[in-house]
Amino acid sequence: MTSIMVSRIRRQQIAQLITDGKRLDGRGLNDFRPIQIESGIIEKAEGSARVRLGKTEVMVGIKIDLGEPFSDRPNEGVLTTNAEFVPLASPEFEAGPPGEESMELARVVDRGIRESKAIELEKLCIIPGKKVLVVFIDVYVLNHDGNLIDASTLASIAALMNTKIFKYELKDGEVEKKPGLTPLPLKDTPTSVTFAAISGKLVVDPWLDEEEVMDARLTMTFDKKGRICAIQKGGVGTLSPQQIAEATSTAKEKSEELRKIVAKR
Amino acid sequence: MTEKTILINKEGIRTDGRKLSELRPIKLEVGILSNADGSAYIEQGKNKILAAVYGPREAHPRHLALPDKALLRCRYHMAPFSVEERKSPAPSRREVELSKVIRESLEPAIFLEKFPRTSIDIFIEVLQADGGTRCAGITVASLALADAGIPMRDLIVACAAGKAGGQMVLDLNDIEDKEGEADVPVAYMPSFDAVSLLQMDGELTIEEFQQALTLALDGCKQIHALQKEALKAKYQAIKEAAEVSEEE
Repeated sequence: MTSIMVSRIRRQQIAQLITDGKRLDGRGLNDFRPIQIESGIIEKAEGSARVRLGKTEVMVGIKIDLGEPFSDRPNEGVLTTNAEFVPLASPEFEAGPPGEESMELARVVDRGIRESKAIELEKLCIIPGKKVLVVFIDVYVLNHDGNLIDASTLASIAALMNTKIFKYELKDGEVEKKPGLTPLPLKDTPTSVTFAAISGKLVVDPWLDEEEVMDARLTMTFDKKGRICAIQKGGVGTLSPQQIAEATSTAKEKSEELRKIVAKR
Repeated sequence: MTEKTILINKEGIRTDGRKLSELRPIKLEVGILSNADGSAYIEQGKNKILAAVYGPREAHPRHLALPDKALLRCRYHMAPFSVEERKSPAPSRREVELSKVIRESLEPAIFLEKFPRTSIDIFIEVLQADGGTRCAGITVASLALADAGIPMRDLIVACAAGKAGGQMVLDLNDIEDKEGEADVPVAYMPSFDAVSLLQMDGELTIEEFQQALTLALDGCKQIHALQKEALKAKYQAIKEAAEVSEEE
């Protein structure tokens, strides 16, 4: 992703090991790094979570607000996803307007959640065409050590699972907040699995040095019924149709494992 | 979505009269803008898209130039009048993402290492959008690159397949994209059997996804034949013009 310098000897070592079915950090080709999830860590946010995926660290805060629906979806609440590459997370990140990589990250995370219909947006409609609840997912990358997509999807789902929305009532067409909270209506837990194509093989959950060496990246997001709900290929390399077919079955299996880890929260 | 449109009728015919695995009519033209080093135009259904290539040329700003290869840049942009409701001309987040994935889909075909310290700029302007613009954009940009005389390993061709009205369909139009179940855009290098762009949104089982991928690759192969014809047509026209002037 970003251009961290990786020495030629290390590049060769990473690529050679993968040819032999091994990885520099000792993982198998289909192993994720250790995953830690904490949720409800930001009291001011309606929902929040921090995910550590190896040394990659991502925080997600959910804010809920009142707003207007999109004109083509008058009966649904609004979901917006944003990702910030905060400068403290990597020597390669700089302050300033969002770049194409952070926009891609936000859009891939958003696609998995939106297409699996994880949030019951129709339950967030207050006055059709006029007032709805808006769910803001803000992904905050705190330490970049590779595979931001999977870490961010996990953190977003964990944060949505612990999101509470304010109660309200309608008085003369005006929305009045009432004391008390209810959980955000969620009906799915999409999880994404990202591969790096290196030496003609696919490895799961690439860390930063592997991302530097990879030819291409492939992300597949599955819903809880085991259906694919989002795919994104990245990087300037190519994939063969056989590699893509192999990836689908591995990704399905791995996405189940991730779902169990999030559900434990 | 207030009312569900019937996307496929009982006879298996789609809203625009096509069969399930039929492409929309495609028209390709090469070398149509005089200022650009290479250019091409595509009509695919109601999509009307122009692509222009400038370069290899001096990279600006200079600090972006790469010491070992050309810098490839791509801008996918939609005209404000290209869609039903006016689109703001400022690049949206969608256009930024698409510019990135289109650039990455074209890069493996180009011998960038032949042109260190230069830039190659690809501009894709969607004049009218009718679903599948990123794929048509890749197909037409690849022709513009070839027209610019930039050495390439292969032509890149792109096509989407997906699920609409409960069935697997090729080359989704706007309404099938919006109201259908899933969309799988694919870019392909036919001579290498290599996929350089793959995305999906919607919901598909693994089996359905495999069907969509196979269908999309089949569409790519058909469009690839049209690309080659379009390139040859440009040189055929030049040859004929030269012959006429010789006779005079």
